[in-house]
Amino acid sequence: MFGDYSIGDLGSIFVMQGFAGLILFSVYVLMALGLAIIFGQMGVINMAHGEFMILGAYVTWMTSNVFQAYMPSLFGGYFFLAMILAFIASGALGMLVEWVLIRHLYKRPLDTLLATWGLSLMLQQAYRSVFGAREVGVELPQWMLGSLHVTDSIEVPINGVFVMGLTVLITVSVAYVLYLSRWGRQVRAVVQNRIMAGAVGINTEKVDRYTFGLGCGIAGVAGSAFTMIGSTGPTSGQLYIVDTFLVVVFGGAASLLGTIASAFSISQTQSTLEFFMSGSMAKVLTLLAVVGILMLRPQGLFALKVRK
Amino acid sequence: MGMAAVPAITMLPRASFAQAPATSAVNTTGLAVTDTEVTVGILHSATGTMAISETGSIEAEKLAIEQINAAGGVLGRKIKFIQEDGASDWPTFAEKAKKLLVNDKVAAIMGCWTSASRKAVLPVVEQYNGMLYYPTFYEGLEQSKNVIYTGQEATQQILAGLNWIAKEKGAKTFFFIGSDYIWPRTSNKIARKHVENVLKGKVVGEEYYALGSTQFNSVINKIKLTKPDVIFTDVVGGSNVAFYKQLKAAGIDLAKQPLLTISVTEDEIDGIGGENIAGAYACMKYFQSLDNPNNKAFVPAFKKMWGEKTVIGDVTQAAYLGPWLWKLTVEKAGSFDVDKIAAASPGVEFKGAPEGYVRIHENHHLWSKTRVGRAKLDGQFELIYETADLVEPDPFPKGYQ
Repeated sequence: MFGDYSIGDLGSIFVMQGFAGLILFSVYVLMALGLAIIFGQMGVINMAHGEFMILGAYVTWMTSNVFQAYMPSLFGGYFFLAMILAFIASGALGMLVEWVLIRHLYKRPLDTLLATWGLSLMLQQAYRSVFGAREVGVELPQWMLGSLHVTDSIEVPINGVFVMGLTVLITVSVAYVLYLSRWGRQVRAVVQNRIMAGAVGINTEKVDRYTFGLGCGIAGVAGSAFTMIGSTGPTSGQLYIVDTFLVVVFGGAASLLGTIASAFSISQTQSTLEFFMSGSMAKVLTLLAVVGILMLRPQGLFALKVRK
Repeated sequence: MGMAAVPAITMLPRASFAQAPATSAVNTTGLAVTDTEVTVGILHSATGTMAISETGSIEAEKLAIEQINAAGGVLGRKIKFIQEDGASDWPTFAEKAKKLLVNDKVAAIMGCWTSASRKAVLPVVEQYNGMLYYPTFYEGLEQSKNVIYTGQEATQQILAGLNWIAKEKGAKTFFFIGSDYIWPRTSNKIARKHVENVLKGKVVGEEYYALGSTQFNSVINKIKLTKPDVIFTDVVGGSNVAFYKQLKAAGIDLAKQPLLTISVTEDEIDGIGGENIAGAYACMKYFQSLDNPNNKAFVPAFKKMWGEKTVIGDVTQAAYLGPWLWKLTVEKAGSFDVDKIAAASPGVEFKGAPEGYVRIHENHHLWSKTRVGRAKLDGQFELIYETADLVEPDPFPKGYQ
């Protein structure tokens, strides 16, 4: 397939393809981070993760409409406010859900699967009733569209760069909060041993609620960012859920580093294969590889060393 | 059905219904037809993933039924409809179709959207001898006594568009990209044969992505590498939005790079955003912006019933044809009996169609014109080309299989 192309052409395509892989990597990390906290740290199988993302997307859509109607001059910057609002909205809903539903199920982790799946159906229908069954188009500020011309033949999509920057920012913040802050220590203590954590004076209920809220809030930010690359409709969240679980499980639950490593390996495999064969075949081979590795190493790429 | 059970109000004679033929004469097979009413079924997904697409069809069918009733109904009888929800789940479609035919004894069903739902319903309508009016453009390779296909089959939709773009843009090389299921694969197979055998061009790439896929950067790079004259797409659903957004972000300017799609209607542009797809060509039989007297009456009527902001896509219009074609066929046959309707269907013409004029072919598909439109920033299409004559439906195209 390369016979007819000049070295220069091929070079720039490979650069762009490498970049495509990096963008896919950022997208995977961004969508998996929230779940890595909820599933990885808390052990809750949150099937409604996609719906929390889409809530963020809808918040972004509403913010853009408000800016267009009342403050068109500030439209260029609405996206930053939208992401903050998305974080607050999804986080608040997450805390509410934790209080109503999840806190009763910590001792029955498998039941969280059914409960959150039901929740996801309810949220989907709620979006459909409130926002309509049709997808909505989120209008982006002009500066976020198009691409950067690096050279004549290498072009880098701006929204891809934006997603990458955002991913780095959020990953660093999450790592800081979980591993360096006092609150993060409490979270990890509760995860490792709820009863002991309670006995030494940690308010476990509060820690649980905020952790769940944080995970959902990050999902909201991810959803907000994905309005740049994907669709916003009542069921759009379903498009992400499989990949999200794949990344978290493959990385090894309870390990942030694992999530990142797994997102990196899956995205690079996928985008390299996609270039040499068709999209669906690439997906099949990637999934096969993941299944194969998980059979050899059921705990995922990275696992916490704990005494059994 | 005891007459005593019929509410007294329906027994009152009404002037406009005075000449209605006796029920015993027009309904010999026990369908839900009374002296004043006839019941039809509407079977679409109002919930689930497909609700995005099927909502427009439900709206169009209800509008058509309301208009037919306002004009005096069918054989002097008002149309009453029973709406069932297929819930984007194919076995549910089959079950609900059976319920409509066996319990409700509906005279016809307006319904289905995806090929999968139609394939699930087909054996049911054939077994219980119902009549299905199916609105979506689809891959062809099907024909049934019990189905009228009011959308275009693949050759009708695709060939004229390819001919046009080959002639107009001098296109020789094509890159196909579609979602991975039966309709895009069959459509692209037909398109490939046409490009290679008739247009003497070359297909430089053919790619499929799983339904719901949201990452297209790799295939966009391949498009950049192969530099095709035309990108030919049949990506559907949420993937559509991702594809066009990423195409734009990758710096592919649709004003300079011709792109022909057979899967994007005004409905989809709502989600994609006009600015992401402006300049692309779509090949369909109907655009909301069509300039003809029928359409000028249809669009305001639709908006009056369903709101100023609704848009009308190709399938919505085709769904609107269903109840009208059924009414015209019933009147031609002088009966609600399914066998008589199936036999009378060929040759039925609908001059009030928003797309202009349609006629039912022997094979139960419609003769219709194929049109090419260019997407504008405001989410509407501008008509660029239409075939001079009606295109003959050919669900089993020779040389394309």
